[in-house]
Formats: sequence, structure tokens, C-alpha cells
Amino acid sequence: MKKLINAVEDVVTEQLEGMALAHPDILKVHFEPKYVYRADAPVAGKVAIVSGGGSGHEPMHGGFVGMGMLDGACPGEVFTSPTPDQMYECAKAVDSGEGVLFIVKNYTGDVLNFEMAAEMAYADGIKVQSILIDDDAAVKDSLYTAGRRGVGTTVLAEKIVGGAAEDGYSLDQCADLCRKVNQYGRSMGMALTSCIVPAAGKPTFDLGDDEMEIGIGIHGEPGRERFKMKTADEITEMMAIAIIEDEAYTRTVREWNNEDGEWFDLELTDDPFQSGDQVIAFVNSMGGTPVSELYAVYRKLAGICAAKGLTIVRNFIGPYITSLEMQGFSLTLLKADDEILKYWDAPVNTPGLR
Amino acid sequence: MVVTRDQMVQWLENTAAVMKENKEYLTQLDSPIGDADHGINMDRGFRKVLEKLPGVADKDIGNVLKTTGMTLISSVGGASGPLYGTFFMRGGMAVDAKEELTGDDLATMLQAAVDGVVQRGRAQAGDKTMVDAWLPAMKTLRETLDGDNDNTIAALSQAVSAAEQGMKDTIPMQAKKGRASYLGERSIGHQDPGATSSYLMLKALLDTLEG
Repeated sequence: MKKLINAVEDVVTEQLEGMALAHPDILKVHFEPKYVYRADAPVAGKVAIVSGGGSGHEPMHGGFVGMGMLDGACPGEVFTSPTPDQMYECAKAVDSGEGVLFIVKNYTGDVLNFEMAAEMAYADGIKVQSILIDDDAAVKDSLYTAGRRGVGTTVLAEKIVGGAAEDGYSLDQCADLCRKVNQYGRSMGMALTSCIVPAAGKPTFDLGDDEMEIGIGIHGEPGRERFKMKTADEITEMMAIAIIEDEAYTRTVREWNNEDGEWFDLELTDDPFQSGDQVIAFVNSMGGTPVSELYAVYRKLAGICAAKGLTIVRNFIGPYITSLEMQGFSLTLLKADDEILKYWDAPVNTPGLR
Repeated sequence: MVVTRDQMVQWLENTAAVMKENKEYLTQLDSPIGDADHGINMDRGFRKVLEKLPGVADKDIGNVLKTTGMTLISSVGGASGPLYGTFFMRGGMAVDAKEELTGDDLATMLQAAVDGVVQRGRAQAGDKTMVDAWLPAMKTLRETLDGDNDNTIAALSQAVSAAEQGMKDTIPMQAKKGRASYLGERSIGHQDPGATSSYLMLKALLDTLEG
């Protein structure tokens, strides 16, 4: 393992110390428990947006803390969910009294820990809403699995809902918008190489020199299928078509009712894309793939979208939700209406996105 | 028989020792179907519990268990943290203020703990989770105990056997919860790490009470 680390157990802490030193005008870092929060938090009169998850996906989430995006982010160990005391303390630190929206990626650990945090915050009189992001179209069914994972749409949701919160949206309005963004977005990832979690010291999975895996998760969760290497155009087409032609997806999510202090089940169905839809196209590097290759992917993606009747009205290209040094990329298409575009275009000032 | 507060504290200390001993084993089990950190996380959590126990060793059993739960919640992470945290929180709430437990109290405590895990994780029997060790263990415990306090050790012993069987029964199961579920059929043939740590925990309770 060749990595720029000092001691394995200090990786997350030292990264946070560096962020605090680099961006004192934008954010602060709290240790014990760990969370990143806006330097000017709590922002009076504004709903606070909080997310979090395992480290190793930078700039998500800590790099998206700042004006127009997140108020707080809770980093776990690399690829390990953070704990409820982090989210609870973070929520307390950023709540202005208008409430806190948790944006939670659908991984069992993240979901359970955020659920406990919501209950703790509620017991403390903080208004909370919790919205799940589950956009990974590589996972076909929710009946026999933990459901679709939260991937690329998470970044778009944090930007859009962050913009809306800045504009004075109430907690319920933020939650509704976040749920809509999740339902309008679909993603798929692929890997050319594995990544190495520092604590493990060896590759998360084995992939031959001439192989790739389509449908991989951001922690190296198994994808749909392994193939011999193909061209950029062939890979892009395979993934874009899988997203564009993905059928309606129905599952039951759990949301928090902050009037009664209870979880309730909500059945949601995401409609497929339709010819005529406007979309935001997000081409993301898993960390190790250079931006130049992402543009080659975008070139092909633009052609496919046009042929399928989808109009790309905004694009977003770069490493924003990564898997350490993994080579590979993910595609996210988000159906965009006026509300989504308005807040996608709203000003933002974070270390990872300005 | 009655179970004393000291025995409950001893159980938690023994569990910490067992988790340390089985750190590599649990992590190994977690490797093909999870993210290879279950043993590391459980050991880290119970080491924290060991640090906290002296501070509450003179408190009631409910308090001891709830402190254990809170400690696990804030130190384990992943899915196991909230699940085992909830286990001890709910168990503690069920025996609040008690200084000693009858066999029935013990069963009530464990049942509340397991109910908490089921509620939190929404797993059902056969999903290849820790619930597959706990459900048969609790059924056996209640049936064998049958309200007779003198039966406690015998009932617990049979419950441990049921948990062990439940743990082994996870091997041919296809996972429907957690990270292992993304493997689909490839999750078949591996013993569930959570069911294994649950079995070890229950066995530590029996070993403690047997002295």
C-alpha cells in the first residue's frame, strides 16, 4: 500500500485538521465527536442541512459544507458509517430553531445511525426531517436487498436543497424538494481498479488487469457484471442506456414524523425518464480516473441523451463523490424542472464546489 | 436462582474478553460478505464498555445495561453499533432500577432487547442476520424456563444451543439485509458475522452464570 498517510488510525482526524486550517473562512471542525460545520452556524432563520457517511468519498460530504450547501457533515471512519452522537451534536450546533434536514445515503449503517440521531434530536426538542437517497440503478430490486444505494444524486441533492434552504424554504419544503430530487435522479458506477482502505491495507476486491466491473457501489459493493475491458464509448453507452431505460422503481422508505416523534413507512415510485425530459448530467470520477477521460465519457453521453430525446440543460463533470483512489466513473442523470434548476444555479461557496 | 448486578457486570466484562479473542474470527467471517470490520468494530466498542463499567458498577442493572448500550452506539459505527446499542438500551429499560434479576426478569430483559433489534433493523427470520440466532434462542429460553426460576441455567443452556444452531443455519441462507444482500446468491455458504457475535454474547452470559 502506497498512500500519503502518517498513522492509519489518524487518517480521518488529520484530514479534518487540514480542512480546518485550509478553509477557516468557510467551515470549522469539531473533534470528540467529529463533525464539520459552517463557520457562521447556526444561520439565523435558515433550515440547517446535515449529511454524513463514511470517509473516503471526498469532497463529499465535508467539502460541501458552506454557504448554499451543507450546514454540517459527519464523517465516519473510512467507508464506515458515523455514529449517532456525531449527528446529534452536529444537529444541535447548526440548528437555528428552524429545524434540521438529514440527507442520508441508503446504506444500512448510515440509515440506522441517522435514525437514532433523529430520535435523540427529537427528544431534545430539535425539529428533524430525514430523507433517504437511493438512486443506484445498478441494484435492481428492493425486495431481496437493502435497496438501491445512495450515490451520485446525493451531491446534486445537497447542492439543490442547500440552495433552497438559503432561499428561506421551510423544513418540510426542504424535505419535499430533497425527496423529489432523489426520485428524479438515477446513477450507475463502474470500476477499472479497486481501492485500498487504509485500515485494510489491501485492495477491497480483485479485478484483473483486463477486467472492469459495471454497477459497482462507492465502497466497492459488487456490481451487475464483470466484463473484459471495452472502449470508453461502449462503456458509456452500456451505463447510460441502463439509466435512461431503467423502469419504474418502487420501494418503501422510512421517514420521521416530527409531530408524533415516530417513524412511518412511505411507498415511493420513481418514474422512468421520458423523451422530452430536461436533465442535469453528472459525470463523476471515482477518484483515480482523470478529468480528461470524464470528458471523453461526456462526449458520448451527450450523443446518447440527444438520441433518446433527453436535453442536457446543465452538466457537472469532475471528482465529487469518490471511492478513495479507485479508477472508474459514475453517471448520474437528474430530471430537472424549474425549481431544481433554480437552486442548482444558486450561489454556493464550499471547499468542494463554488 | 437470582442473577446479581455483579454477575451482569461480569457478563459484560466476559463479553469484552470474548470479542477481543474473536476479533480476527469475526472480521474473517465479515470479509467475504461484508466489509471485513465486524470483529474490529465489536472489539473497539466493548473496550469502550470496559472503560465505562467501573463508573456504573454500583448502579442498578438497568443503568449498567443502558450505559453499555449508549457506549456501543457511540463507538461501534456501521450497522452493528445501533443494533447492539439498541439491544442493551431496550434490555436495560426492561429491568430499570432492578438490583437483581429472577430467571423471568432475565428472559424479559433479553426479549425486550431482541424486540428492539428487530424493530431497529427490520430483519425477519431467514434474512441472514443476528436475528437468526436470537429468535430461536428466545423461543427456547421462554419455553424451557416456563416460569420456573430453578430452571434458569438449564433454560439458558438450551437457549445457547438454539442460538448456535441458528447461527449455523445462516450458512445456506441468502442475505436479504445489509451489505451482504448486494451479493445475492453469492452470499450463500457463509456464516453471518452478526449471528456469530450474538451467539458468543449469549454464551458468555451462560458461562458467567455457571461461574
